[in-house]
Amino acid sequence: MKLAPLGDSAVLVTVGERPDAATLAAVEALAAALTRESPPGVIECVPANAGLTVYYDPGRMARRDGGPPYDRVTQWIGACAAAVARGRPAGLERWVVVPVCYGGEWGPDLEAVAAAHGLGADEVVARHSGAEYRVSAVGFTPGFPYLSGLPESLHTPRRPTPRLRVPAGSVAIGGAQSGIYPGETPGGWHLIGRTPLRLFHPQQRPPSLLQAGDRVRFRPIPAAEFSAAAPP
Amino acid sequence: MSRIHVLAPGQLTTVQDLGRPGWQRYGVTPGGALDAWALRLANALVGNAEGAAGLELTLTGPTLRFLAEALIAVTGADFQVTVNGRRLPAWRPVRLAAGTEVVLGAALAGCRGYLAVAGGFAVPRVLGGRGTHLAAGFGGLNGRALRTGDVLKNGPPSAWARRLAAALAVPGAFSFPRWEISAEARPPPGAAPAIRVVRGPQWDWFDAGAREQFLRERFTVSARSDRMGLRLEGPALAGAERPEMLSEGVATGTIQVPPDGRPIVLLADRQTIGGYPKIAQAASVDLSALAQVRPGDTVGFEEVTVAAAQELWRAAERQIATVRHGIAAHAA
Repeated sequence: MKLAPLGDSAVLVTVGERPDAATLAAVEALAAALTRESPPGVIECVPANAGLTVYYDPGRMARRDGGPPYDRVTQWIGACAAAVARGRPAGLERWVVVPVCYGGEWGPDLEAVAAAHGLGADEVVARHSGAEYRVSAVGFTPGFPYLSGLPESLHTPRRPTPRLRVPAGSVAIGGAQSGIYPGETPGGWHLIGRTPLRLFHPQQRPPSLLQAGDRVRFRPIPAAEFSAAAPP
Repeated sequence: MSRIHVLAPGQLTTVQDLGRPGWQRYGVTPGGALDAWALRLANALVGNAEGAAGLELTLTGPTLRFLAEALIAVTGADFQVTVNGRRLPAWRPVRLAAGTEVVLGAALAGCRGYLAVAGGFAVPRVLGGRGTHLAAGFGGLNGRALRTGDVLKNGPPSAWARRLAAALAVPGAFSFPRWEISAEARPPPGAAPAIRVVRGPQWDWFDAGAREQFLRERFTVSARSDRMGLRLEGPALAGAERPEMLSEGVATGTIQVPPDGRPIVLLADRQTIGGYPKIAQAASVDLSALAQVRPGDTVGFEEVTVAAAQELWRAAERQIATVRHGIAAHAA
């Protein structure tokens, strides 16, 4: 584990080198412990990929002996990490199945992705929906999951020019990852399908359907099912 | 609760408070006022809690009609504020008579102004905050900037604000006390000579030449800057990109360098994580100055330690507390 200051009010904690399953699990466990044991003055702990960021209020993390708040925060993180290392109960994985209508107007880039890999569109759908994914981070825009686990045969460099508007629910491939656009935003990933699920709603708790550490599978659905399930 | 009509929206006027911390793990940025210091003082001037929702003005302000008597304060950038062609002072509370039309014109210096009204702007809390999240379209007034024809409401003013308004109740469209927040007690104006920074987590990825350029040269703020970040033009700090870099946490004030070598200073509406090397992190105390630079202004950077940045922050907080106590003592 490596700690580095991110300015005067945050600490970047690097747990591993790559977002593999073991590292993501360790990040999740540490994030859970830090969140549970947060002293007043710690604002939030945000896991992403192979590490996490602790945001704090330097005024409320001042040490009684007058020492710098950064030292107090890093000591606390070290103590939490040690406690986690001593014995972590195996957490239950949360699986979320995401229905996807692939291709056509829902996935305008499916054919291009297939052509880029010398595959048929059906084969791309089979491989994408046959894989098991893990949410390595949520970010870019509220509720956007970065999914690791995309089969290597589907890794596709991002579009040279991003789209200015990507429809909400678009399931996409960008580089070695898959992702889902929660709302209409600009986006540079290849759109291969769309889900009727709502990825983000500020009135729901939690507001995001997916969070770091969750496991994800995609289930292909026909257009009729998409239309029946999609919010108006 | 009384109503405020938006007669003209200004360039980009949004409802903002001190943000919605705690939701970054779901990809929700804390957001809030870019110059939080100025908003806090505006709220103090009208007897509000310092995190009450106010309006953030950008370069050109809105025209508003207050249907009922109101106590307002304008802080931040130097906006030309007029009522019937007469200039209204900033950095002090101003009582408006019912029906007064306030024109918040162009900013003569600085970029962002804050208008607080006693009672705060009454918009629903979303994820714990009342600020507008423009990219995701929620919070504030319907998740967007003000438009002509919008109607805002303010909440009930505090007892302090009611006493001050009563003391200022004289005939005329507006009136104000003799006191104000003095220039030395305000956040430093925009285009500060140097933004204090702490080395970023990837500082060592940049070669010595790029690091030296970063601390020595001045950078020009691009017109493509917005609430998400300041894009800087000037020397390109190339050579630090690494294809294997994973996205990781960023913070408001993070200075990241994309492959083109042009630094971006992340502001309140930043993303929650980012995959560009972070050369430095602005000291929290200088976020106000970063909110006030305009396209075409230049900024430079000066390195400080984490401990020094935290000490600067403490000193600023002590100063704000002193100002708040001073204000509270008036009209008490």
